[in-house]
Amino acid sequence: METKLLEVKNLKTHFNTERGRVTAVDGVFFTVHAGETVGVVGESGCGKSVTAESILRLLDEKSTEYEGEILYKGKNLLTSTINEMQAVRGNDISMIFQDPMSSLNPVYTVGNQIVESIMLHQNVNKKEAYEKAIEMLRLTGIPSPEKRIHEYPHELSGGMRQRVMIAMALSCQPKLLIADEPTTALDVTTQSQILDLINELKVKFNMGTVMITHDLGVVAEVCTKVVVMYLGQVIEESDVRSLFSSPYHPYTDGLLKSIPQLTGDRSKKLHVIEGKVPTLHQVPKGCRFAPRCAFANEKCHDEMPELVQADTSRKVRCWHYKEIFQAGEESPYVSAADSY
Amino acid sequence: MKGYILKRLLSLIPVLFVVAVVVFLIIHITPGDPASVMLGPEASPREVAELREELGLNLPLYQQFTSWLAGVVQGDFGWSIFMNEPVLQSFFSHLGPTLSLAIFAQLLAVMLAIPFGVIAAKRRGTIIDQTFMGGSLIGISVPSFLLGLLLILLFAVQLRWLPVAGYKPLNAGFFLHIRYLILPAIALGAMQAALIARMTRSSMLDILNANYIKTARSKGLREKIIIYKHALRNAFIPILTVIGQTFGTLVAGAAVVETVFNIPGIGQLIVNSVERRDFAVIQGTILLVAISYVLINLVVDLLYGVIDPRVRLNRK
Repeated sequence: METKLLEVKNLKTHFNTERGRVTAVDGVFFTVHAGETVGVVGESGCGKSVTAESILRLLDEKSTEYEGEILYKGKNLLTSTINEMQAVRGNDISMIFQDPMSSLNPVYTVGNQIVESIMLHQNVNKKEAYEKAIEMLRLTGIPSPEKRIHEYPHELSGGMRQRVMIAMALSCQPKLLIADEPTTALDVTTQSQILDLINELKVKFNMGTVMITHDLGVVAEVCTKVVVMYLGQVIEESDVRSLFSSPYHPYTDGLLKSIPQLTGDRSKKLHVIEGKVPTLHQVPKGCRFAPRCAFANEKCHDEMPELVQADTSRKVRCWHYKEIFQAGEESPYVSAADSY
Repeated sequence: MKGYILKRLLSLIPVLFVVAVVVFLIIHITPGDPASVMLGPEASPREVAELREELGLNLPLYQQFTSWLAGVVQGDFGWSIFMNEPVLQSFFSHLGPTLSLAIFAQLLAVMLAIPFGVIAAKRRGTIIDQTFMGGSLIGISVPSFLLGLLLILLFAVQLRWLPVAGYKPLNAGFFLHIRYLILPAIALGAMQAALIARMTRSSMLDILNANYIKTARSKGLREKIIIYKHALRNAFIPILTVIGQTFGTLVAGAAVVETVFNIPGIGQLIVNSVERRDFAVIQGTILLVAISYVLINLVVDLLYGVIDPRVRLNRK
């Protein structure tokens, strides 16, 4: 058995807002092993970014409360002191963000920002740190890094800036990388380059990776395991192939059906999941997906299902997953997975 | 860069021309005759008429204006009929106290306001934030002459720690110089401090939500470095704008405080000259103050580039 790098157990993140307490993340479970990429998927507002930021405790702690456990190499980060957290951030666990345009500080050169990170966690002098930064920039595929290092973020394109972010995040060889929608803000050709780069460096450094995304295509391309979130909860956890071939949860099923297909009848309308995601102030008391679910019955509306082990490698949070699974005979998703 | 400065300097010409016209008209349209003021109430109408003729006050307004302007363009701001010296000379002899006071007041304001604004932003919504912002509201609302008088009452009359009023030039000794400036600088700087603190707070609040602050935090940086290295420099552009504007008003608008504390600065010079109907001095001094105000703003604009590389002008 490989070692568990990160284990998130029943994470709950509450925000104290002016309109009362809101629970943005309410029961998230997943495990990341070294060298493994875990995808966290869900639509906007489902709590995936809050989950990512909770791991490094980047949320404003004056108005945030955490419950549950986040174990990094067995140590609970949620009970660590702020000094311990600062030693972990950027050194053991790094993060890259969605929008490279605004994630770099505009008034410092990219070199300054990378070197800052290196000198913070490693015992090197400024010259060595600069050499290391140039090496990292070269590794991320930035041409003539010794020149680029003296440039400001606004002088670089979006793709280049994301490469700088990656260079910065990986400059201390973290064991775990959290990528929060790293390709969402980039154009399509750059997206795949950045994904390839993350994949390549993950193998090179044997990192565990958490890939936060709303794009099932990204999941199919880079992830080994996937966690599907809906309204703050994990509703399904599975290896990627099984998820695409036979989803257990009706929501996952709906998500997969809404991927446009390149082949087949074009006049056929794209599948839509009926209804809207409720706001966090009006969370249903039973299964959170019940109001939008075709399979929902009274039990679904009244009682919240737990995340249960469906088979050896899969977990699901649904009262009816067995029936649904048996009903879903035709499985068009294998082709969906393969088309990426 | 050089081209930019030159362009900015050229664009000053129309601004200053408008200032010159307005000042000239205001002075010449308000009632009050310099000749009769100079000669006193006992002078005969004939004497007054002769002096008016001598001073060129009987010429049509536009002729008076053009001859004054022609002098100004050549660096001759006219002759003070009361002090009997060139206007430029009386301006510079009064500039020292005003400049000292303005710089001291501004330093005081900036050194207090920025840390207070940063702390208020960091602890927004807490008692500390509310206390600071309440205090700054008082700073903005209390007029400087009232604050000046209260300060005199407390620190000079009651406690006898500091002089009541007056001014000692720098060559009388640095500490003596500063001793006389402390109370007027506080009276003058309080409002600037309040304005800068409020701007610092709101600008910092904006910046602290920026993504790159989250990036900095995710690198494991300590909160102090995040605030003072990553956030403050980005928040500084609007703060600098306020500093520039308030410094401009300090140079120009110290008249009230200078009167309260009896400091022989530009403000006092203007007020006294208005009473004496010393036209040349009023016109010349206001024009010079306008020039310095615009130059300060030019310097501020150039400083933006130092702080933020995105507004730097000398791109490759």
